[in-house]
Amino acid sequence: MSVPALEVRGLVKHYPGVKALDGVDLVVQQNEVLGLAGENGAGKSTLLKALVGLVAPDAGSIYVRGEPVRLRSVVDAANHGIGMVFQEQSLVPNLTAAENIVLGSEGPAVRRGVYRWEVMRRLAQEQLDKIGSPIDPLARTDSLSFADRQMVEIAKVLRIEERTQHPPVVILDEPTSVLESKEIDTLFAQIRRLREFATVIFVSHRLDEVLDVCDRVSVLRGGQSVGEVATAGAVPRELHRMMIGSTGSDDHYHENAAATVGSEQPRLSVRGLSGTTFQDISFDVAPGEIVSIVGVHGSGREDVCRALFGAEPTTAGEIRMDGKKIDLPSTRAACAAGIGYVPAERKLEGMVGAMSVAENMTLAKQQARCAGPFVAPKKQATLVDSWIRRLSIRTPGRDTAIQRLSGGNQQKVVLARWLVAGDIRLLLLDHPTRGLDIGARSEVYRLMRELAATGVATVLLADSLEEAIGMADRILVMNDGRVATEVACPNGAKPSPLDLVKEMV
Amino acid sequence: MTVTSEVVNAPRRQSRRGASFRDAGPPVALIVIFLIFAALSPQFRSTDNVQNIVDAAAVLAVVTCGITFVLMMGSIDLSAAGVMGACALTVSLLVANNRNDNDFGLLGIAVAVLLGCAFGCVSGLALVLLKVPSFMATLGMSAVGLGVATLMFAGVQPNISDTMVKGLAIERFLGFSYLTWIAAVCILVGWLIQRYTRLGRYAFAIGGAEEVLLLSGVKVNPYKVAVFALAGAFYGLGGVMVTSQLGAGLVQAGDGYDFSAITAAVVGGTLLTGGRGGILHSAVGVMLVMVLTNGLVQIGVSPYWQGGVEGLIVVAAVAAAVIPQRRRNQVVK
Repeated sequence: MSVPALEVRGLVKHYPGVKALDGVDLVVQQNEVLGLAGENGAGKSTLLKALVGLVAPDAGSIYVRGEPVRLRSVVDAANHGIGMVFQEQSLVPNLTAAENIVLGSEGPAVRRGVYRWEVMRRLAQEQLDKIGSPIDPLARTDSLSFADRQMVEIAKVLRIEERTQHPPVVILDEPTSVLESKEIDTLFAQIRRLREFATVIFVSHRLDEVLDVCDRVSVLRGGQSVGEVATAGAVPRELHRMMIGSTGSDDHYHENAAATVGSEQPRLSVRGLSGTTFQDISFDVAPGEIVSIVGVHGSGREDVCRALFGAEPTTAGEIRMDGKKIDLPSTRAACAAGIGYVPAERKLEGMVGAMSVAENMTLAKQQARCAGPFVAPKKQATLVDSWIRRLSIRTPGRDTAIQRLSGGNQQKVVLARWLVAGDIRLLLLDHPTRGLDIGARSEVYRLMRELAATGVATVLLADSLEEAIGMADRILVMNDGRVATEVACPNGAKPSPLDLVKEMV
Repeated sequence: MTVTSEVVNAPRRQSRRGASFRDAGPPVALIVIFLIFAALSPQFRSTDNVQNIVDAAAVLAVVTCGITFVLMMGSIDLSAAGVMGACALTVSLLVANNRNDNDFGLLGIAVAVLLGCAFGCVSGLALVLLKVPSFMATLGMSAVGLGVATLMFAGVQPNISDTMVKGLAIERFLGFSYLTWIAAVCILVGWLIQRYTRLGRYAFAIGGAEEVLLLSGVKVNPYKVAVFALAGAFYGLGGVMVTSQLGAGLVQAGDGYDFSAITAAVVGGTLLTGGRGGILHSAVGVMLVMVLTNGLVQIGVSPYWQGGVEGLIVVAAVAAAVIPQRRRNQVVK
């Protein structure tokens, strides 16, 4: 057998509190389509970033055609013949497709700083011809459909062929997550075509796709390679099992502290809610109940969560809190109705980094620290200190800038924001444990249980299926913007991840 | 899947190469406003007045050409007033004047333009090397420019006697002053730079998605400095043009042009966030502002009202321009 196109040995990458890669091995043969599967947080994206020089691994080595290489940048990787089609598209929207394709290596298309549009069009056309795409190279990129833009990205990546004498390695990161089924078929035809002259690494959440288009699948779990499957004859179920593994947990989710769900009037009642990415969503959440919404990327669950907080426009449907309809949903109306939202992007949307713990905690409920229109320093100090104690937030003091705390403690402050006024009735938690280590996660779980015990209803978008199953009393499975099914999830009779995955894809 | 399949079956959107309907707003507004004034005032639609409007737009057009490149990049440039002042004094002291025996003619103009270029270069370097936001860097350079101009002014106003420089504002070709033709050439040159040079295209791309350029291995800093230098050169030329109009070098030569130019560019459809618009947009914006100013006078709006009315119309124009991009919880600063 010839030398592998790409080989990874014992790659390790630490992030604060997390071991993203823990000795990953990977071999990609030439002209092979290798699938990469794994749950969120299994280390897929970190591995891919290491392969294109965006992440410097702490240990381990990467070999390109048998030669050890050190990839310092995307350009470096391109010079070794490795290119990636990024999950979030990386094209300049206001340039033409042709300019994007040759960007950074214009060659003869720009002479002494002056554009030669005809040459550029020809260069781009050559790349587009490789994949047989009918796109007009001089069309503005933002006028192209999403699928066409993806073709432009592939054409751009293929240009690295000109830099090396060898067949390129093309990495496709979740290329199908936003495509329609017809477009996916086109993409797959492209991948099979690419195989003639290139090596492909294909990453997707949808296992049937991985099995469909790949020759071989490598599975990652917890930053390690846990196995490989030849796709001929394989079924998604096997892959699921490898991805999920068997995780025994000793009441990590504080299941014994689970609150008894109130059976009276539902706290939150959603009827026929529709928006741009979700349709006809209806469900109830009782006081003290934790309902988790699960679904793959693009299922629309994040948007539903934001819509409940009035942060995403809706086109139809109604939201009731304790039977009372929220008119004209807006973030302000949601706050007033006793809804709290912990966003997934903590650093961007959850907190104001440079402001103090006290200010972040009282951000949404100013009245809790004020006397009339004025901030009452004593009132604020007493209030904030009491919550720092109750949630055991580890901080040098209430005046410390929140960005100096650890992720777990930051998240507790963000949660406390909704508790200080004592009027919280519904919590929307969007990936509340993202980026937290095990200990901090456990504390957030304990806090969620305590709140539920006081009658607070919770909608949880969990970081993993285990988390959803462990925490929730009931699980809604979303698929393509709709609620596919609802699964009861009581203590002692928890569904298995496999049952849920079946409904998700 | 019912909803999504409709999307697939929808006819493929025609790809567009150049202008889009979003860009049509300002030209349409220009025509409409022009026609309204023309209908209201016979004086406004006279040939003489139209010539006046165009001639009066010359300096603003040149300054706006410069600032457009900076805005396309997503930066801002407040240095126009200072740079124009310094360049006005420079040119008036280098061509035949009452303060010294210099008589460098065209060479004097070239030096003034190069000085503007140097000012822009310093702003750009402060941005990329010292990481000073362009707002503060250029504000500072404006003050430096005014300081340099004040030093050169030294209490005695240099009146120029160079007939060539004075003639630029007075002599006419095909009904328009030479300054207007200079402005037209600037717009043409600016458009060529924007369309056919890497500098122009990268300025546009930096405003569109700078990270993508970095991911593609493009070193953007040299282009940023070059854009500020180019803008500075346009301001320098603007300073020369004002000197020609006034027949003297004044520290205040560029007064108000910094914000008028930004206004004209934004009204024309060049976004302050970068990545949209261009020289032709800005040219339309300049004409819109000038037609508005002139038209309000011609239809007899009291001069006391004009400033306020103009301001309101500008805000309305920008509000109309951003309608397609509005969304929930958008943060505007």
